[in-house]
Amino acid sequence: MSTASASVPYAPGRGGSGPVLEVQDLRVQFRTDSGLVNAVNGVSYTVSEGETVAILGESGSGKSVSAQAIMGILDMPPAEITSGRIMFEGRDLLTAPAEEQRKVRGPGISMIFQDALSSLNPVYSVGFQIGEMFRAHRGTSRKEAKKLAVELMDRVRIPAAAQRVNDYPHQFSGGMRQRVMIAMAIALDPRILIADEPTTALDVTVQAQVMDLLKDLQRDTGMGLVLITHDLGVVNEVADNVAVMYAGRIVERGTVDDVFGNPAHPYTEGLMASIPMLEAKGGRLQPIGGQPPNLSSIPSGCPFHPRCPKRRLGADALPGRHCAEDVPPLRLVVPGREAACHYSEEVLGV
Amino acid sequence: MSDPKLTTLGHDETGAGTVTPPAEESADVAGTQNSLWSDAWRQLRRNVLFWIGATLGLLFVLIALFPKVFARGADPRDCSLSLSGQAPSAEHWFGFDQQGCDYMANVAFGARNSLIIGLLAVAVILVLGVLVGALSGFFGGLVDSLLSRVADIFYALPLILGALVVLRSGFLGRGVVAVAIALAAFGWMTAMRLVRSQVIAVKSSDYVAAARAMGASNSRILVRHILPNAVAPVLVYATITVGVLIAAEATLTFLGVGLQRPAISWGLQIDAGQRLLRTAPHLVLFPSLILTMTVMAFVMMGDALRDALDPRQRS
Repeated sequence: MSTASASVPYAPGRGGSGPVLEVQDLRVQFRTDSGLVNAVNGVSYTVSEGETVAILGESGSGKSVSAQAIMGILDMPPAEITSGRIMFEGRDLLTAPAEEQRKVRGPGISMIFQDALSSLNPVYSVGFQIGEMFRAHRGTSRKEAKKLAVELMDRVRIPAAAQRVNDYPHQFSGGMRQRVMIAMAIALDPRILIADEPTTALDVTVQAQVMDLLKDLQRDTGMGLVLITHDLGVVNEVADNVAVMYAGRIVERGTVDDVFGNPAHPYTEGLMASIPMLEAKGGRLQPIGGQPPNLSSIPSGCPFHPRCPKRRLGADALPGRHCAEDVPPLRLVVPGREAACHYSEEVLGV
Repeated sequence: MSDPKLTTLGHDETGAGTVTPPAEESADVAGTQNSLWSDAWRQLRRNVLFWIGATLGLLFVLIALFPKVFARGADPRDCSLSLSGQAPSAEHWFGFDQQGCDYMANVAFGARNSLIIGLLAVAVILVLGVLVGALSGFFGGLVDSLLSRVADIFYALPLILGALVVLRSGFLGRGVVAVAIALAAFGWMTAMRLVRSQVIAVKSSDYVAAARAMGASNSRILVRHILPNAVAPVLVYATITVGVLIAAEATLTFLGVGLQRPAISWGLQIDAGQRLLRTAPHLVLFPSLILTMTVMAFVMMGDALRDALDPRQRS
């Protein structure tokens, strides 16, 4: 456990081999006029150095909210973190003083957003905004910051960086803007980078380039990468481990190969079935029936049970494993696999 | 994934992107970082509209500071009734007024009062507008409702009517400061609303969230993101308003509730001249012309400033 001051630049490899970021039982509520919305309901995961964890889920599954809670950018109120711990290098960020939290953000944990254009201030040149990271956190001079900004723009493969450093965000294409955002996020060599749907706003070829860039940067720096996405293809391509979220909970977790190859939760299974396959050309896609749950009134028992083709109700259910009554805990199903389903073994076919 | 081909693929995106040819200034990598203001100034320098406005504005400021120079040696109060209403001549460019005073001297001396009222009123409007608007936008809720309703009450009274009522009541007097305050009291609401809406928009913008996620402190967010985005439009508004307020002063004076003789102002001159419009039209023409040009100068500068402060407007 490292207790070194957060203002010291982070060097890869510091802090031992344990997880760098550990989210424990995180719960987030929103108070709205129409009642309490339970966006995140007990999410736990860890990210180690050099690891890529994908948080996979549909809109409203709580994947972005949990990331915003880590970054301290939830609007509170209406949001409220009702329980949980966010351990970064052994310290709980949620109970740390605001000033200490602020110093971790940037050099310790950093984030890139879905919409790079609105995430960049329109009135400053991109070079100024990248350089701002150095000026704000390290007190670098303007001249030096500009030089560093050009280096970073080179590193994220923005062509003719030296010429483009004074250009404004609106003068860049979508892919290039996301690169600028990435340059800002990695400026201070963070140990953890959270990417919240980094490629959703981009077209497919640019998506691949940006994901390759992120992977290459991760290999160079050894940072842990949290990839929040609803894109199964992206997960398959870059992630080591995946956590599937549904209604603010993690319903399945494991290595990408295991989870995608043989899902242990009916929801994951439904997701896999809904992927268009080349060999099934001409056939119909199989969507998951029903609607995602309303987060202000999550179904009792397993939140997925109204849509689950494998649910067991009434006399079918085993004692204590009634899908509409008993909440299935996230449990180890087979080594390295966790799932929150009463009947995972059946789903897995083991 | 470490395929070198992919690296070149990354570079190929240039072709698809909106690549602008590198501008000559942007090549100086060794230079320091450009701030919003230095970039805006570089843009402003290239704007012809700005230079016309600024030259005119400067000219009127010089007239206000040194009216004697522009009066061509004549004293505005050295009058001779025998010259009453004489038309412009080579010797006396603007002719003489009803009292037989040199009219060019009068118009030149009138600039000071007009400009002081315009600039003073705008300064008050800026301070009030930015302060109330920032408080309202930043805190929201009850504070916002309260301050916004107060602004609405002032909005209910038109600028001229409101100032007229205040000046007629007489408790401010009828001097230059009184007219400026009366105008500012009924002119600050637009500035306040501009600042308020900008603060609200910027406060919840993604780039403020991004800055916060990357460890920017509250004061840095205020200075770097909220203020520049909120102040730029209000500054533009203020520049244009200087002209509007100078015209409003002339209106009030013309209506008989602004400055009073023996003060010298364009409003008083137009008021006096309109009664002699048929016999001596130059008495209305010259102060009106100068007044229009002054208003135009500030409006032009405001327009140019708006273009300069918005990077998206730049070519």
